[in-house]
Amino acid sequence: MTVRPDPGAFALDSFLDQQEQKSLLRFVVCGSVDHGKSTLIGRLLYEAKLLFQDQLEALMGTAAAASGAGGTAHQEIDFSLLLDGLVAEREQKITIDVAYRLFTTDRRKFIVADAPGHEQYTRNMATGASTADLALILVNAAEGLTSQTRRHSLIVSTLGVRHLVVAVNKMDLVGWSQERFDRIEADFRAFAADLDVADVTFIPVAARSGDNVVNRSPHMAWYRGPTLLAHLEQADIAPHDEQPFRMPIQWVNRPNAEFRGYSGLITAGEVFSGMAVQIWPSGRLVRVERIVTAGGDADLAVAGESVTLTFDQEVDASRGDVLAEAGAAPLVSDRLSARVVWMSEQPLTPEGRYLVKAATATAQATAGAEMQVIDLDSRRALPSARIANNEIGACVLTLDRLISVDRYRANRATGGFIILDPESYDTIGLGIVEAADTAQPRARIPAAPGPDGVKRLLTRTHESRLRSAAKALTWRIVASLVAFAILLALTGSVGIAGSVALADIVGRTILYYLHERMWARIAWGNQGTSPPAARSC
Amino acid sequence: ILREAVAECSNPVLLYSIGKDSAVLLHLARKAFAPGKLPFRLLHIDTTWKFRDMIAFRDAQARELGLDLIVHTNADGLKRGISPIIHGSDLYTDVMKTQALRQALDAYGFNAAFGGARRDEEASRSKERVFSLRNAQHRWDPKRQRPEPWRLYNGRARRGESVRVFPLSNWTELDVWLYIHQENIPVVPLYFAAPRPVVERDGLLIMIDDARLPLKPGEQPQIRTVRFRTLGCYPLTGAIESEAASVPDIIRELIESRYSERRGRLIDHDGPGSMERKKQEGYF
Ligand SMILES: Nc1nc2c(ncn2[C@@H]2O[C@H](COP(=O)(O)OP(=O)(O)O)[C@@H](O)[C@H]2O)c(=O)[nH]1
Repeated sequence: MTVRPDPGAFALDSFLDQQEQKSLLRFVVCGSVDHGKSTLIGRLLYEAKLLFQDQLEALMGTAAAASGAGGTAHQEIDFSLLLDGLVAEREQKITIDVAYRLFTTDRRKFIVADAPGHEQYTRNMATGASTADLALILVNAAEGLTSQTRRHSLIVSTLGVRHLVVAVNKMDLVGWSQERFDRIEADFRAFAADLDVADVTFIPVAARSGDNVVNRSPHMAWYRGPTLLAHLEQADIAPHDEQPFRMPIQWVNRPNAEFRGYSGLITAGEVFSGMAVQIWPSGRLVRVERIVTAGGDADLAVAGESVTLTFDQEVDASRGDVLAEAGAAPLVSDRLSARVVWMSEQPLTPEGRYLVKAATATAQATAGAEMQVIDLDSRRALPSARIANNEIGACVLTLDRLISVDRYRANRATGGFIILDPESYDTIGLGIVEAADTAQPRARIPAAPGPDGVKRLLTRTHESRLRSAAKALTWRIVASLVAFAILLALTGSVGIAGSVALADIVGRTILYYLHERMWARIAWGNQGTSPPAARSC
Repeated sequence: ILREAVAECSNPVLLYSIGKDSAVLLHLARKAFAPGKLPFRLLHIDTTWKFRDMIAFRDAQARELGLDLIVHTNADGLKRGISPIIHGSDLYTDVMKTQALRQALDAYGFNAAFGGARRDEEASRSKERVFSLRNAQHRWDPKRQRPEPWRLYNGRARRGESVRVFPLSNWTELDVWLYIHQENIPVVPLYFAAPRPVVERDGLLIMIDDARLPLKPGEQPQIRTVRFRTLGCYPLTGAIESEAASVPDIIRELIESRYSERRGRLIDHDGPGSMERKKQEGYF
């Protein structure tokens, strides 16, 4: 009997392990028109052997069709065509929006956001950058840094992209010159010195011929760094510091009277059963009882996971509230100082009415009159009466209710928001929280018993006078009826019992009311609501 | 994504097309709302030309999982006898799929519909949003699509307008199969290789699923070991020759494949930009 390996037994388990260990890198590609962005992305997909045969055939077909019937259909593939999915765009020869493309190598999965460098570039790039860990910035070696390069870099760093890769493209046009490359690197470093990024990497490439894209270039022996794909595969994008637990409540799961769970995506940190968390804006302190998932309860859940939590007590929490690690409160405010990227023909003005959606909370909003627009070339903030389409500006948004956010720099998921038109519901802007006014909120912030159970003093009463009087009266009637019954039983006289009860109702009601008003002015021992001192994280 | 749509849209529905993507979508939806039940209904647009195995699978799933499933067919198209064989894939797709879907969405007043489309399927989908806005005529306007920064999805729509929601946007075909394997999700047996009667037509292997498929001169039915990478209406869906009879087999085959999955779909080849045009008209 011959023993031969089962042809079906490819190592599925080890393959699955490998898949599970693969990290995901989301990156955004920016470059001015004609710097070779489409060619570069197409090249990456092609060289990493990620193009399917039929896609290539379609590409060849398009190439042949484009060169005309009688024309010499020269078969050099134009990789940029691969990326143009929409007919309208291909006809106008422009790409009008962000496109997302997926590819996988043995080491990593990639989602590439391709934000074109045309008129709408600011908004498109901001959208693409919002989810990116890394930005790939194309520079034409023959042209060097342009104002566009600077703008793109500024936009991606504003949106919190911490890792930059500058691909100096078309190196063939400058004779593969190291001097030229070094000059561009020096220029960029000088410009980027005060950008808020963690690292910048420079790689000389030629997208059309593929030099240093996936394979090392034979023309640039002087360059000893990794190829572009190798760098993307190994770039370290791990968050620098631990963040406290955050989970915006998305949905209250109440299938029956016994179960009440709070569902959401954990956007930062981790949660374990038994952990003390606070529900914001109320600040209510609870303990996590169970972490419910469809596959059974978990003891621990971490950022990126969607879970359902139950608490040790019945609370009034709903969609829009944010669960946070006890003692690590978010910013609770109705006044947000924000950077805004505007995306509508109708500018942002102080007269406009808007909706703000931050995590799962939605509030009505207006913008304060003191606005600024950032000049992307000088990086200066200039006073302005409006923020127009495609501009980045700064303003203070006043909301009709308290919401819980974080500073964008501290936490992207709870620090970014979108602005909607309250009539069309279109998304017309995106914003990032720079600061929130927690000192003098217009709406009152309910007091929070902190994790240590500290009770705040009440400085103002909520009992109205009329309510105090009504309470006094109802209590008096009940008490006096009892008194009447007792006196009647003791004396047997309706007259005596009646007149004592009547005097009691009138006299003591007045006394009770005065007593109640006195207490209403005393803060001691009260656990109600208060405008607390400034709260920030 | 699933919960967000349910929280923001008053009347959502899951478009259940019976294929592997729908199977994954349904599985995810059940997980998203566990231990509760699905807070929406399922809708299947039945063109009457689906593989018989698909319909059997659909009904078994509905029974087993206790699904609230609506099955809709364009009665007018049926009466007119619109068929993929006589009328061609373009007209047929428009009447029996696109129009049928609009009818059902209007009849039930659904203002959000979940679909299993993925960005890696076809070039025009790379720009599709996760929440894709449709006007009152169910048309997709490339100029009025909403930016989607971070994970902040916007599911609000004016009265009459609706959103299509694609939770699997960023999944690849391989992701789908790996997940089916990991979660042990049942799928239609047609995905697995077996000897089946097929004819070669326009470069595709078309399975003879019932007596309605007329043979052209010279066409010889033959039994070949085939499977499907994508499932639709049988006269329009090409099989591939394959020995992959299990999910791990399929995963291996996929890793080695040189062709993308939509290759087996006739309707994607109706001309340049055909998918984009169909989408603007309201095709899913
Ligand atoms: N010489 C040279 N030309 C290139 C290179 N990469 C791209 N190009 C050309 O530059 C032009 C613009 O490229 P494209 O990818 O469409 O640029 P995009 O507008 O940034 O997407 C095309 O004609 C490309 O063939 C390169 O490495 N060297």
